[in-house]
Amino acid sequence: MKKYDTPLIDELEKGPWPSFVTEMKKAGKNNEMANDAVGHLEKCYRTKVGYWKHGGIVGVLGYGGGVIGRYSELGDEFPGVAHCHTVRINQTSGFFYTSNALREICDIWDKYGSGLTNMHGSTGDLVLLGTKTDALETIFAEYSSRGWDLGSSGSALRTPNCCVGPARCEWSNYDTLDLNYALTQEFQDEIHRPMFAYKFKIKMSGCACDCVASIARADMSIIGTWKGNIAVNQDEVKNYAKNGMDINAEIVNMCPTQCISYDGKEMKINDAECNRCMHCITKMTKALKPTGERGATICIGSKAPIVVGSLLSWVIVPFIKIEPPYTELKDLIRKIWEWWDDNAKPRERIGEVIEMKGMRSFLEGIGQSPIPQQIKEPRKDPFMFYTEDDMAAFKAKEAEEKKTGKYKF
Amino acid sequence: MALPQRKTDIGPPHYKQFLPPVIQKNYGKWKYHEVLSHGVMVHVGESGDKLWTVRVASPRLLSTATIREHCDVAEKFCGGFFRYTTRNNVEFLVSDEKQLEPLKKDLTARGFKMGGIGAAITNVVHTQGWVHCHSAATDASGLVKSIMDELMEYFESKTLPNKVRLAVACCVNMCGAVHCSDIAVVAVHTKVPTVKHELFKNMCELPTVIGSCPTRAISPDPANKSVKINAEKCMYCGNCFTVCPPISIKDPERDGVAILVGGKINSLRSNPKFSKLVIPFISNEPPRWPKAVAAIKHIVEVYAANARKHERVGEWIERIGWERFFSLTGIDFTFQCIDDFTFMRDTMRTSSTFKW
Repeated sequence: MKKYDTPLIDELEKGPWPSFVTEMKKAGKNNEMANDAVGHLEKCYRTKVGYWKHGGIVGVLGYGGGVIGRYSELGDEFPGVAHCHTVRINQTSGFFYTSNALREICDIWDKYGSGLTNMHGSTGDLVLLGTKTDALETIFAEYSSRGWDLGSSGSALRTPNCCVGPARCEWSNYDTLDLNYALTQEFQDEIHRPMFAYKFKIKMSGCACDCVASIARADMSIIGTWKGNIAVNQDEVKNYAKNGMDINAEIVNMCPTQCISYDGKEMKINDAECNRCMHCITKMTKALKPTGERGATICIGSKAPIVVGSLLSWVIVPFIKIEPPYTELKDLIRKIWEWWDDNAKPRERIGEVIEMKGMRSFLEGIGQSPIPQQIKEPRKDPFMFYTEDDMAAFKAKEAEEKKTGKYKF
Repeated sequence: MALPQRKTDIGPPHYKQFLPPVIQKNYGKWKYHEVLSHGVMVHVGESGDKLWTVRVASPRLLSTATIREHCDVAEKFCGGFFRYTTRNNVEFLVSDEKQLEPLKKDLTARGFKMGGIGAAITNVVHTQGWVHCHSAATDASGLVKSIMDELMEYFESKTLPNKVRLAVACCVNMCGAVHCSDIAVVAVHTKVPTVKHELFKNMCELPTVIGSCPTRAISPDPANKSVKINAEKCMYCGNCFTVCPPISIKDPERDGVAILVGGKINSLRSNPKFSKLVIPFISNEPPRWPKAVAAIKHIVEVYAANARKHERVGEWIERIGWERFFSLTGIDFTFQCIDDFTFMRDTMRTSSTFKW
């Protein structure tokens, strides 16, 4: 193997934070592809430009996604990375693994790929970085025969992803791991065979802490919440105070709805005014617990800035029960896709289509009624649509008022 | 040797088989948790069972050799069970308190860094950069390494007012969706793309290319059977070259990074927020990006000195006002900080109640 002189990226092996360059060199010791990736990267650092080319039709038989074609412009200089495709492996719910499982994944990857990985990629997949086209079928046979499937890429349902949930968190309002698994199994076809206008991401968080950033980067954000009161354990409140917490400064004054009071002995919560932001619960986890009905808020449409600016997901269903077999949620997802399919141009995320067509069109399309929880504030302008049905309803209400002599707003 | 029989559409293995027994037993029945130090927390079940988590930094890009080392540690102390986090840390899960100190000792001996829990800076969400991406305007991994070497004290302590979430995107496509981070580095191109007209007609579809431009800067160029780009309208987003490879936007001297601050994704206290642009351009300076690193460290330090306990960067800035953020940090306010894209109208001031 050619030994590369790498003075620039060698600098990145110094310092306390773990070094990705060291990782690349470790893999490069006995892998031609990883070794050439090291030389390739040094050249990027020297010239301040990247040399990767995107695309090409690569994949495994019967699938349209899961492998991302990657080629270098510098194939002659670095033949090991002339092809350097990414393979996405569908991760486990919550990123839990056993050493046996991961050793098996590593063994196969060392045999057919670069020995380099991302644990994990941003969408959630376990990402294997760098292999050649003719190895893809073999890699897929090896992994799938051992129970590992490819993840997603392209204009498909991207590999669903969830937070650690009830496995190791007291705040989860539904079983994120199970829902993640169930949706991944239900929509295998949509995951592996790109059939949409563009990508569609589903991310699941058990509470408003949103540890998978679903509100910012999922076309569908499923965020756990509850309907009910916060139970207060006054003994534990006393313990927090005794251990130095300034309850008025840190909890009462930071409550966004000002629904908490504390007189130095007892903490009281006006639950009707609580907006379930989680601040007090996360800071006094021993003292405060949500009670009552558990479920999730469904939001739609978030994405990064390309093409017309970033979006955060909008609330469309304020509360839904999340219980197996999740029929209501699966039906809702199918309705959302149907509306998107009917209305999107190529490469248009659902949030952008909702902006173009209007939220009313979308909500009617998926059969949801208007409700104040969907908005921050009502519109400021008087330019609105009145359908024949709307006018008939307004007129009917007025006729009723005339009959009864009582206004009904 | 014959290949094993391939299977399709089996989905991932069921997660239950990867959960350690203490989690199987206490699944959904955790009572509370406590952060014991910057790298260790304990979860306590209603049953009284305890689960310690030791969090360790990873560069995200891992060799199989290092993953095997994670496996070795997990087998020695954790019954072979461990997990990764959404921010690419590794978490070793211990149900026997007697294993905790030996585990920490072993991790230290191997050179692993524990931290990132609580009011700290944890691992940096980032994209592929020059390591593997076709549209990168910088290297993400190199920036992350340089930033975290400098901010290590905040990974290995929990002394900040609240957590500070850092992110790096190697182009404005932001595969990691870094746009809601306390401090985000976003690599930018700053030059109008060039078009290789002779390749255009064979590789690109005209309406798709024109349609890809959010500012309508692209129009047909019939003489060349290609397109032309109006420099006054182009904002260098790069969406055109993603759909049409003969369009090139990379430029070693004009590519660089911008810094955005004040975003968050959780709903604690205040609503999720986008990060906002404060520094429009810093040249790429591989291998260490000293100016970008210094800018981030400076912002973290000004935040740490001025924010109230529990305030995130964005909450602190909203309380004091953006004009005060710029005066406190001494960052130059430039035309780029005034929006002239999609959400412009939401960002202008409409009162005289500002601060001097």
